[in-house]
Amino acid sequence: MGPLSSRLFALESRRGWTVFMGLAAVLMVVVPVLNLAVPENSWLHVPTFWVTTLGKFLCFAMLALALDLIWGYAGILSLGHGAFFGLGGYAMGMYLMRQIGERSVYGHPELPDFMVFLNWKELPWYWYGFDSFAFAMLMAMLVPGALAFVFGWLAFRSRITGVYFSIISQAMVFAMMLAFFRNEMGFGGNNGLTDFKDLLGFDLSASTTKVGLYVISALMLGLVYLLCRYVVTSKLGRVLIAVRDAESRVRFLGYSVTRAKLFVFTLSAVLAGIAGALYVPQVGIINPGEFTPAKSIEVAIWVAVGGRGTLFGAAAGAVAVNGAKSLLTGIAPEIWLFFLGALFILVTLLMPRGLVGVVRQWRERRAISKASHSDSHVSA
Amino acid sequence: MKTVSKLMAAACLFAGVFAASEGVRADEPIKVGVLHSLSGTMAISETALKDVMEFLISEQNAKGGVLGRKLEAVVVDPASDWPLFAEKARELIEQHEVDVVFGCWTSVSRKSVLPVFEELNGMLFYPVQYEGEESSRNIFYTGAAPNQQAIPAVEYLMSEEGGSVERWVLAGTDYVYPRTTNKILEAFLKAKGVAEEDIMINYTPFGHSDWQTIVSDIKKFASAGKKTAVVSTINGDANVPFYKELGNQGIAAEDIPVVAFSVGEEELAGIDTGPLVGHLAAWNYFMSVESDKNSEVIEKWHEFIGDEDRVFNDPMEAHYIGFQMWVQAVEKAGTTDIDAVRAAMYGQTAPNLTGGTAVMNVNHHLSKPVLIGEIQDDGQFDVVWETDGVVPGDAWSDFIPESAKLMSDWTEPFSCGNCEKPSS
Amino acid sequence: MIDRKSRDLSGSRILGTAALGAALLFAAAPVASEPSEADFHAALQALDTKKFQQKAQAIEHLGTLGAPRVLEVLESLAKGRLYVRKDGRIVIAERSGKKYIIQDAISGRPEPEASKKELKKIKVNNRLRRLIRGVTGQLALFSDDPDRRIEAADNLIKNPNPQILPLFRQARDRETDDAVRAKLEVGIAVLELEADDPALRLAATATLAETSDPDIRSLLERRLQTDAEPNLEIRDALNGAIETIDRKLWLFGIAENLLFGISLGSVLLLAAIGLAITFGVMGVINMAHGEMIMLGAYSAFMVQEIFRSVVPPELFGFYLLAALPVAFLVSASMGVLIERGVIRFLYGRPLETLLATWGISLILQQLVRSIFGANNQEVANPEWISGAIEIAGGVTVTLNRLCIILFSLAVVAALAAFIRYSRFGLNMRAVTQNRSMAASMGIRTGQVDALTFALGSGIAGVAGMALSQISNVSPNLGQNFIVDSFMVVVFGGVGSLWGTIVGAFSLGIVNKFLEPVSGAILGKIVVLVFIILFIQMRPRGLFALKGRAAGD
Repeated sequence: MGPLSSRLFALESRRGWTVFMGLAAVLMVVVPVLNLAVPENSWLHVPTFWVTTLGKFLCFAMLALALDLIWGYAGILSLGHGAFFGLGGYAMGMYLMRQIGERSVYGHPELPDFMVFLNWKELPWYWYGFDSFAFAMLMAMLVPGALAFVFGWLAFRSRITGVYFSIISQAMVFAMMLAFFRNEMGFGGNNGLTDFKDLLGFDLSASTTKVGLYVISALMLGLVYLLCRYVVTSKLGRVLIAVRDAESRVRFLGYSVTRAKLFVFTLSAVLAGIAGALYVPQVGIINPGEFTPAKSIEVAIWVAVGGRGTLFGAAAGAVAVNGAKSLLTGIAPEIWLFFLGALFILVTLLMPRGLVGVVRQWRERRAISKASHSDSHVSA
Repeated sequence: MKTVSKLMAAACLFAGVFAASEGVRADEPIKVGVLHSLSGTMAISETALKDVMEFLISEQNAKGGVLGRKLEAVVVDPASDWPLFAEKARELIEQHEVDVVFGCWTSVSRKSVLPVFEELNGMLFYPVQYEGEESSRNIFYTGAAPNQQAIPAVEYLMSEEGGSVERWVLAGTDYVYPRTTNKILEAFLKAKGVAEEDIMINYTPFGHSDWQTIVSDIKKFASAGKKTAVVSTINGDANVPFYKELGNQGIAAEDIPVVAFSVGEEELAGIDTGPLVGHLAAWNYFMSVESDKNSEVIEKWHEFIGDEDRVFNDPMEAHYIGFQMWVQAVEKAGTTDIDAVRAAMYGQTAPNLTGGTAVMNVNHHLSKPVLIGEIQDDGQFDVVWETDGVVPGDAWSDFIPESAKLMSDWTEPFSCGNCEKPSS
Repeated sequence: MIDRKSRDLSGSRILGTAALGAALLFAAAPVASEPSEADFHAALQALDTKKFQQKAQAIEHLGTLGAPRVLEVLESLAKGRLYVRKDGRIVIAERSGKKYIIQDAISGRPEPEASKKELKKIKVNNRLRRLIRGVTGQLALFSDDPDRRIEAADNLIKNPNPQILPLFRQARDRETDDAVRAKLEVGIAVLELEADDPALRLAATATLAETSDPDIRSLLERRLQTDAEPNLEIRDALNGAIETIDRKLWLFGIAENLLFGISLGSVLLLAAIGLAITFGVMGVINMAHGEMIMLGAYSAFMVQEIFRSVVPPELFGFYLLAALPVAFLVSASMGVLIERGVIRFLYGRPLETLLATWGISLILQQLVRSIFGANNQEVANPEWISGAIEIAGGVTVTLNRLCIILFSLAVVAALAAFIRYSRFGLNMRAVTQNRSMAASMGIRTGQVDALTFALGSGIAGVAGMALSQISNVSPNLGQNFIVDSFMVVVFGGVGSLWGTIVGAFSLGIVNKFLEPVSGAILGKIVVLVFIILFIQMRPRGLFALKGRAAGD
């Protein structure tokens, strides 16, 4: 075993790896097979609806991981992560818009429809290059990363922490929302980017494409999870945890707190950007709604519900909360907010460590009772 | 390994629960999807539309349903969240297997669900006035297109009757409907000989609440000695503070009339309309219109909802007409099959509540009358002008060069929503 | 001069010299005396037509009759209170509940009530209303009420008509009130700008240079642009007058922006002041703050509804005063409930209060939506805070905004005094500065926490009551204020009441000076970016607390 693979293997406990691989198998093999290979009238069939919805949740899970990386491990609560997610989404959306070409409503080979009817004569400079998938994906990571770098540099340099950081990150995402609502910005205003046709030549409405996107999301989620796990178990990760628990002490010990925070914040933004880029082709629209402050606050709630500082919990929380939302808006459309609101209150009051904390506690208790049981057995 | 197999079993169970699909039997109800936000920012407008759909469905069931089967409303809450609109649309069509969907408000919600309806071949009735520039095979647009609202309103204000307006403020919320409408109006006004400097265009963000500066700017713009009017495409929430500011700054309708395209009875319900008497709105329907059909429906509506004060507005009438037409089309087709119903939709007629007959055209837009009303102090409108007959809705505006050459006709042999007009 | 008999009959205040005015105006009309009932009846019945053109003729004809009773009829028509009865007679009807109270249009005698079905309204449009305003306005120049005379003069200046000149002059000569006379002089000058005598024109220009009205400025400019003024000297005078007015307008423009800014600032202050306590002082990231504002607004709505049904109408305008304690109590009790039920378990975990209060906010929104419905509720502006005061040159302050400015300052002053001087305020400061020390001095910190949170929530409720006067009252009300409130508190400095005040007003003023330059949307973005950058420079806000309490 080489050093890298042994490092990789050490990311998780034995049990952790089992769960991870098991989940990966279910998400990446079982669900697609049940969707594509099992006939529709069979009770085993997974409808495409659930595949795309699950795909969406996986992107949210990735976003939650990105937030948990900075909130759970470095104590930075960003209430503006929707900005990075949205920017990644817009990068993907711009690529998809450029792919439409002459199939657009007005048939203009280059300009998206909203530019044609706003009388724009040529493509704005910042739309150049987005006809290339590689460039667009690069931008989906670079732009959120750059914004996070600048914002983080300004904030961490002047030691803005805690609540203050959270609130100015809200200000940032709110300003982004207002900016993207403006039609002059050239991103389609409130309607955003929509009516996508295909991605790298694959028809987006084909169910095979949908399953493909879903599998890629699952794969990326797995990779992002391992990357985050890698970061938090590295030396940097330990510095970050120390920063979270006693920032000034770390500073006095001679570590550059600013640099460590800036690195992890930028990384988190890049991951959020990737999540956004995967999200857009699956939901078929990106608009400034992703920048509403409420959406960014919700991300923090997913993490808290799942269990902050556990990575796995953040992802689980995202899926659980969004799953609950999807179910409840269908089952109890007029009162579902009561349930969701109550869920948030109960989780914070009764499960301070989130769902994962409850599972852990339960497991520990079981282990203790087992141990005591076997003890009594021996003594008997 | 044990854990994995456990997880597998759980996943199968999960899949099984949601995969349980039912076969359609003749005695089963016909499902009608209702896709209107019941929470979030749009709930303010859309909740009433959900109510009206439940009202129409219960009325139809009282008459014995459709094709001998009962109708069943499937209500979901897309929560004013655009990607959630798409998800819920898919849920309605794929999971609940609804035969038709009535829903959406604002273009972005419609744009969000459009690919889903096209992919799954669903049918959506969209009841709100909008900017046009769209014609999907799977959507019927029962609200007004710009030529059924904006242009007649401006023509009225230009006439002697309307006050011979020469100077125009186009004020709107910054999104696609005002942008497009204003663009069409600008082209229209210029074609009528209005000079560039006599048009002022202003955009504000959603939910804008501080109107002091803009109202004061309008006053200044109007002081040039020419009769001035404001054409407002200000959206929902922002209207209450806008009108309150107008009233308080003493802008009377006799001096600077404001004609709005997004303000109806429902929006006025939140305002004391005393100072606003005389400001205008253009719609295809007003609750105050006196006709037997109208008072009958309003009476039943009040009975159903159990509240005498609830208003009935233009988008609600649009759902009323769309629903009648759909019922008739299903009965004509003898099935709920989407393609058969769609084919039966063309040429369907239904009585307008204000009199006359609405017709569904092959471009999926209605022919409807256009009414212009002045706000009264009881929160209702008095009709001061109306078109002689019905006006067919244009999917593609003649005042946008790229769109003027397009046409829409979903019947054979043309069967296309945005193709170049055949040169003839 | 006053014709008492007709005055008694009409009951209208302005009718003293109505007959005279009408006679002056319509010199062609042969008689100014009472028209015969038959003529009146015939002229009136001509209104019963669908065609607005014919109605216009009928109105003009009615005007020439010059009968005092005509004014009453025309004003009723403008207000949409003229109806046709089933028997074809025209009556004045006023709605009262489900019934209509009716009087005969010609005699003014009361008649039996009627239901809506028996009446057909005579519709008017803006054009007819303008016409009526012209006819009645000329008569109102001779009203007994100076305010109405000013209003009438204003209306006539807006639509200058050379025929009015003699009327204006006559009114000026009889005028005793200085303000009205000045207005009339302006009206005369506007018309004399077109006089044949150059001396009159020059004098008129000089009079108009004294004004600061954009309408008049554009009138002067039009005279220059259309070359209507041949005399070079007067052209110079016109140019000079425009410059004088421009200078004044520039100053007024600044004053106006400042005023708008202060007004916006007071709204921000009201929205933020409760948060300055719950978040600023207690450190609870209270995402349900907006909902406390909303509850206050709905309390105002409820009180209004109760007043509508219980209290006599002349007292209705005072419902806001009654709503004040109700709004405070409703929001404050909800605050106690939230604090005791949820937040007290979360002290020391500020970020987790965010999640719990977010949940509370969702529940409260849905609760209000389930009870009151999703649409806007009407909260009326009482009479005494409707309308506007014109300061000068088109700079107006609307009364409701003026009240909000004063109210916000009063709330802050009361709050500051309460915290500074009351026993509870002392305890509150002690607990926030050093909890364990305060506890060991015998202060019941739990109780203080609950009451502090209640205080912050209650003030948010009071703010909501005030904001209901200018904003939507809907379940989404709170969401519109939450981000702004946090910005104000953080910008001003968490924990500093003074900072919140300065923060709110400076953000309001900056916003309003940016808006004309950059537009509403960009202006707001610039302000947000400014806040972000400002926080980099002063991470603790404008007025940072020093010492122990400033720690995280």
